[in-house]
Amino acid sequence: MWRRSASFILDRGNDVVSKPDSITLSPPPTYQSSSMADTLQNPNPNPKISAYYQTRAAHHGVVTSDWLAQAQEAAGPDSPGSDGRSNSAADSGGGGRPFSVIDEFNNWRQQPDLAEAVAAIRALAAVIRASEATTMMELEIELKKASDSLKLGDTTSISLTAGCDLFMRYVTRTSALEYEEFNSAKSRLIERAEKFGEISYKARRIIAMLSQDFIFDGCTILVHGFSRVVLEVLKTAVQNKKVFRVFCTEGRPDRSGLRLSNELAKLDVPVKLLIDSAVAYTMDEVDMVLVGADGVVESGGIINLMGTYQIALVAHCMSKPVYVAAESYKFARLYPLGQKDMAPALRPIDFGVPIPSKVDVETSARDYTPPQYLTLLFTDLGVLTPSVVSDELIQLYL
Amino acid sequence: MDPRRNPRSVSDPKVRQVGFFAPPPDRSQSGPPDPISSAASSPPLSSVSPSGNSLSPVMIPPPRHHSDNLTLLSCPVPVPVPFPAAVPSSYTAAPDFSPTTAASSSYSGKLAAAAAGGDGELGDDVAMSPGRVGKGRVMASSVPASGLTTVSVVTMPPGITEKVGGASVEVQNERPANSKPQKEKMTKAERRALQEAQRAAKAAAKGEGNKATTAAPGAASSEVTKPNKVVKPSQKKSDGASVAPSEKKGPGGERPPEKERKKDVPHPRMQYDDESRVEKAKRKAVVKQTEARNRVELFRHLPQYERGSQLPDLESKFFQLDLMHPAVYKVGLQYLYGDVCGGNARCIAMLKAFQEVIKEYSTPLEKTLSRDLTAKISSYVSFFTECRPLSVSMGNAIRFLKSRIAKLPLTMSESEAKANLQSDIDHFINEKIILADKVIVSHAVTKIRDSDVLLTYGSPSAVEMILLHAHELGKQFRVVVVDSRPKLEGQLLLRRLVGKGINCTYININAVSYIMHEVTRVFLGASAVLSNGTVYSRVGTACVAMVAHAFRVPVLVCCEAYKFDERVQLDSICSNELGDPDVISKVPDRDESNSLDGLPNSDNLQLLNLIYDATPSDYVSMIITDYGMVPPTSVPVIVREYRREHLWI
Repeated sequence: MWRRSASFILDRGNDVVSKPDSITLSPPPTYQSSSMADTLQNPNPNPKISAYYQTRAAHHGVVTSDWLAQAQEAAGPDSPGSDGRSNSAADSGGGGRPFSVIDEFNNWRQQPDLAEAVAAIRALAAVIRASEATTMMELEIELKKASDSLKLGDTTSISLTAGCDLFMRYVTRTSALEYEEFNSAKSRLIERAEKFGEISYKARRIIAMLSQDFIFDGCTILVHGFSRVVLEVLKTAVQNKKVFRVFCTEGRPDRSGLRLSNELAKLDVPVKLLIDSAVAYTMDEVDMVLVGADGVVESGGIINLMGTYQIALVAHCMSKPVYVAAESYKFARLYPLGQKDMAPALRPIDFGVPIPSKVDVETSARDYTPPQYLTLLFTDLGVLTPSVVSDELIQLYL
Repeated sequence: MDPRRNPRSVSDPKVRQVGFFAPPPDRSQSGPPDPISSAASSPPLSSVSPSGNSLSPVMIPPPRHHSDNLTLLSCPVPVPVPFPAAVPSSYTAAPDFSPTTAASSSYSGKLAAAAAGGDGELGDDVAMSPGRVGKGRVMASSVPASGLTTVSVVTMPPGITEKVGGASVEVQNERPANSKPQKEKMTKAERRALQEAQRAAKAAAKGEGNKATTAAPGAASSEVTKPNKVVKPSQKKSDGASVAPSEKKGPGGERPPEKERKKDVPHPRMQYDDESRVEKAKRKAVVKQTEARNRVELFRHLPQYERGSQLPDLESKFFQLDLMHPAVYKVGLQYLYGDVCGGNARCIAMLKAFQEVIKEYSTPLEKTLSRDLTAKISSYVSFFTECRPLSVSMGNAIRFLKSRIAKLPLTMSESEAKANLQSDIDHFINEKIILADKVIVSHAVTKIRDSDVLLTYGSPSAVEMILLHAHELGKQFRVVVVDSRPKLEGQLLLRRLVGKGINCTYININAVSYIMHEVTRVFLGASAVLSNGTVYSRVGTACVAMVAHAFRVPVLVCCEAYKFDERVQLDSICSNELGDPDVISKVPDRDESNSLDGLPNSDNLQLLNLIYDATPSDYVSMIITDYGMVPPTSVPVIVREYRREHLWI
């Protein structure tokens, strides 16, 4: 059911985002899952629904991108939908060329093991490859345009924004590029972009290695949601013959925790599945909380799957450490002051029963955990306290 | 000579004092150059702390000196000799009581007895002494801090004390001889005579036996009576404030030239409870300030003056201050009377004045521009400091300017150098202040959403710009202006905001806890942000931030990065500014008789009008600077990354 609902979202996004051709696509969603239709019809018929599609996709791009790929395969009308989107983006950014960044990005994004930032950078590399620019400056402008349209296409994905920014920074700030002949500079950029996937994988390895010191025998780890980095950490711990057990939250509404528990069970790790509301109940048994992050913001706090904040609060109350595993390309120059101070990232929630139309539903997909509730961040730059994040960001971007 | 003064007795070599911020006053220059010891080779001066040159990163309030208290209290005759007034008894008195291992109680008793005679004259002459002399005396010996210092002396075996003291005397005497041999030639002979007299007196006192505590006043009086010349300035001084200029000129009869004067510039964060230093600084001061009388014990180290008497005094001096540039003079007066206030405005006014100075500057013969201009600017800075203590923003701007002057290539022609400096100043104003404000506004506006209720305190210029810009963008929000006595700066802000059609609420700070629950954002300004994230701002800011924190309302501090300071401050006591205490006791526009009328003269009332306070970084959610929005923990990062790059190139 939840799989179908996602494809439903994709379709729903289409009919608002892409202008003319999506009108023909709008009927299928309504018949596809009528039980959900009334869930969703009333809560936000707002103009922000354009962000809705992207948000949905972006969020799952990070958490369960492989699942997204399956969903997109499963749902028939999806591929024309993404075409429509890329067309509209190409109109705005590409300037009529057959090549489109967004298209490229979406292709990359559908790969299950590819992080979103990597997908963005690969897409930008494709821009370089397809570019007909003859000077570095031209290329830079073109790249800038492409990355802007990418970012605009999905304002809610932090790692996409961060990945674009990071690559743009590399392009504009690497002084070696200026002294090189144009073609070699171009190939160097492409090479760098190709390498980025590797870098991202390596970052995950580094984080897994760094975090081993914190996982001790006999400990109980509470994890929330599905994060590739967290999975990598736990996998490495198993390889290192550590004895530990894991509590997995369910991770409503997309139930990403189920997936993680599934993966862990394959590794013969004792896993216990909790419903999201059982966090406080089990917290006294827990030795540490380990979560991933969609984005690490300038204050040192994290933006992550809905529910992270309350887990961190409970852990803080009970003096349990909260560790965050996040690659450094998720560091973003954002500074939310509170939960509502972010671009809304909404997604549908399936309650299993029809919800009366008068009942409002909170559909936000993520929350912000302030830095004071986090103990340490495991990143490929090292094990950091939250306050160092801003230090790194300032050095990276200023 | 008490060994406690040793660390500070070593002064900086002359070279190091040139290119930097106003150097500390000659802290322990206790006597005239000694002919004998000046012949000896100078001991290593390398123990100079580098921080002595610039602003010291951490302030450690110096211990109170018994010898200083003793100085003022133990002299039966007023010793108004401008320069060595505080000094002679620090020679004589310290050895007197240190070997006796006198309990501080008996010692203070003697003090009281000794000072009883000369109380009358002292009370008038030593205006620096906190409170009335009689009271100050008792406190000085009963305060634990002074007790501590006594202990450190007492525990020292007599022999060692003497030796160390002797050694330090040599060090101190040599240094002035080496570093500024030609200073105040007129007085040199006379001061030498004085010192000889002191030595003789000291030897005599020692010879008599070490329990002769009364020898100190005796010696002092004998000194005073011996050289005739010394009596002369004493008459001058007793005339009071009306002869301030002549007094200032000192026995030399001539103002010391610019460069030497610079050496005596009071340290910007001078400890005003250190009386010898205050004496010294006061003698050099251009602005004749009267010390406020009833000062709060905790804040004695800060300068506090009575208002109102300076203007006629300065006016009368206008034509004598030939060395003071009119533009500087004007800005100084504006500071003094609060016509220019607010960190940015003060900084810009100062820089513009310096620009004028540089425009009309011409290097004197046989001097280099970089040295001479730095000295000149230092003297102007000391004038500004006398008018009102420098803000961090001004300190940073001065540091920038001086580093620019120091970095001028020697080969550059004068006109070129001047043009360069002027454009540097313009750049500084444009980039660090005006442009920075624009960037701050553009960042801060993203944090204002429709239907927000914004609270601000006082009248911070950056916040005003933010509010106006957000209003121009058509955001729908409401503003709560919190204000406080005595300045009521918020009223001006309120007037301007209402004039633009912004919905406003005006409350006093007493009501801040009432209003806070409906507020969604608190925007504050800052005078400085310190390295530990502490926000140093208009008094009351900490209160507003604390209430906001308690209500979980985010507090956004808007501050240009040039106001960041590498110092660390944990409270608002160490470094602060005291305003006129009268304004808090007098409520204007109140017809019925003020209930505090006449009270300020009461002995057991101390009025405290603090200007700044320190907001702990816990209460600050975000600092908006020209480098973006950063958490308060990132202030040292910005200081580290950009200070060097932008200010010290």
